[in-house]
Amino acid sequence: MSQHIREFPLMRVDMTLNGSAASVDVEPSELLIDVLRDRLRLKGTKRSCDVQVCGACTVLIDGLPASSCTTLCADVHERSITTIEGIAKEGKLDPVQRAFIAHGALQCGFCTPGMILAVKSLLALDPHPSEETIRHYLRGNICRCTGYVKILEAILDLVHNPSRYQTETP
Amino acid sequence: MRPARFILHRPASLQEALELKARHGPAATFHAGGTELLVALKARVLRYEHVIDIKQLPELRHIRVRTDGTLSIGALCTHHRLANDPLVRELLPGYAELSEQVANIRVRVAGTIGGVLCFGEPHADAPTMLCALDAWVVLDGPNGEREVPLRDFHLGEFSTAREDDEILVSIEVAPQSPGTRSAYRCFGHAERPAVGVAAVWSTDNPQRLSLWAGAIAGSPVRLPQAEEAADRLTLDLPRNSVWQNLRDSVAADAAGIDAHDDLHGGADYKRHLVSVLAQRALEACLP
Repeated sequence: MSQHIREFPLMRVDMTLNGSAASVDVEPSELLIDVLRDRLRLKGTKRSCDVQVCGACTVLIDGLPASSCTTLCADVHERSITTIEGIAKEGKLDPVQRAFIAHGALQCGFCTPGMILAVKSLLALDPHPSEETIRHYLRGNICRCTGYVKILEAILDLVHNPSRYQTETP
Repeated sequence: MRPARFILHRPASLQEALELKARHGPAATFHAGGTELLVALKARVLRYEHVIDIKQLPELRHIRVRTDGTLSIGALCTHHRLANDPLVRELLPGYAELSEQVANIRVRVAGTIGGVLCFGEPHADAPTMLCALDAWVVLDGPNGEREVPLRDFHLGEFSTAREDDEILVSIEVAPQSPGTRSAYRCFGHAERPAVGVAAVWSTDNPQRLSLWAGAIAGSPVRLPQAEEAADRLTLDLPRNSVWQNLRDSVAADAAGIDAHDDLHGGADYKRHLVSVLAQRALEACLP
């Protein structure tokens, strides 16, 4: 064991995780998804395809989407990470989450955390995206239940009628 | 899937990165965006004891115009940055548009242009366009800096002219003559293109077409008969007859490509795609 520690020293990773400072000591080869799920117990981030195609493991790094399955945890040192657990504020769901619920934009829910984080980053880049822009941006988030119709409806309604989703769904 | 253990190095300069590589030799690899490397490390297709993270190297991060008008793109630029950079959008709009279409947003945000070129995966978008633009790369290594035209850089699947101890520093593109338009069109049923075609067409006198097909063979291939046919076209041709004058030459070029049946489609199908995509790319170049 001591031999192993000498050969592969741990690295300290300081990050801002969902708005709070967090530090972990990781092996350089550890993946972000494993640190989030297994060490920090943030199980909202899902592992699925494992090759950055499906989007289920999406987290935001400095506001932009990343596949946590194909990101070294060591590479997020001094970066800001947002997972699905981090977007509700003071116990109140984010407007994107409210829109998804109001439109029934999910079935099994496995893709939903990644889908919602991708939408969050899209709206930060472009608050009024066209349907074409939304489709393009979400091309890398795969849903095998909904056929995407409800997801698009939810996002378009949120874009066109944001005031509906500023408070908890009545 | 998880990578085997390795030691991660974080050099602060290009020189330090090259020294680390010299010290650890074939046991070390360079690591930038990770979109290719980490997938291969996870699948244990590749294995290295030392991973040299070059993401912070200041020498590889620029996008600037040199005094002679050449656009110099640092190897660490991500597809997302290239798609949104004002200089790239102004000078190489076809390349900026291509960058916005690569894979998915997560790959565009992480993946670097240097990484795509060095990994040498044939099913990539950028190499085809950069060949059509007649770009060249700057490599730095123990024997100093050298330049390699991109057309000579890819030697086949996962094989490039970069020596193992060299770092790709930048991609250089000479200024385009006024009236040059470029476009890239691709098709694939997965994240990667089955076939992509890039056209760079200068309609100024003399008019000149550069037409390349990528992903269909081990490295991007030129379509020379189509290029020659285009050079003979008169400029006042009606838009819809341009393709009629070029399609036989494109089909003849496509028929000669060393394509193979694979997961992306049969060889005949992919040769057919070359014609379909060439038409789309060429028509996108017309004023």
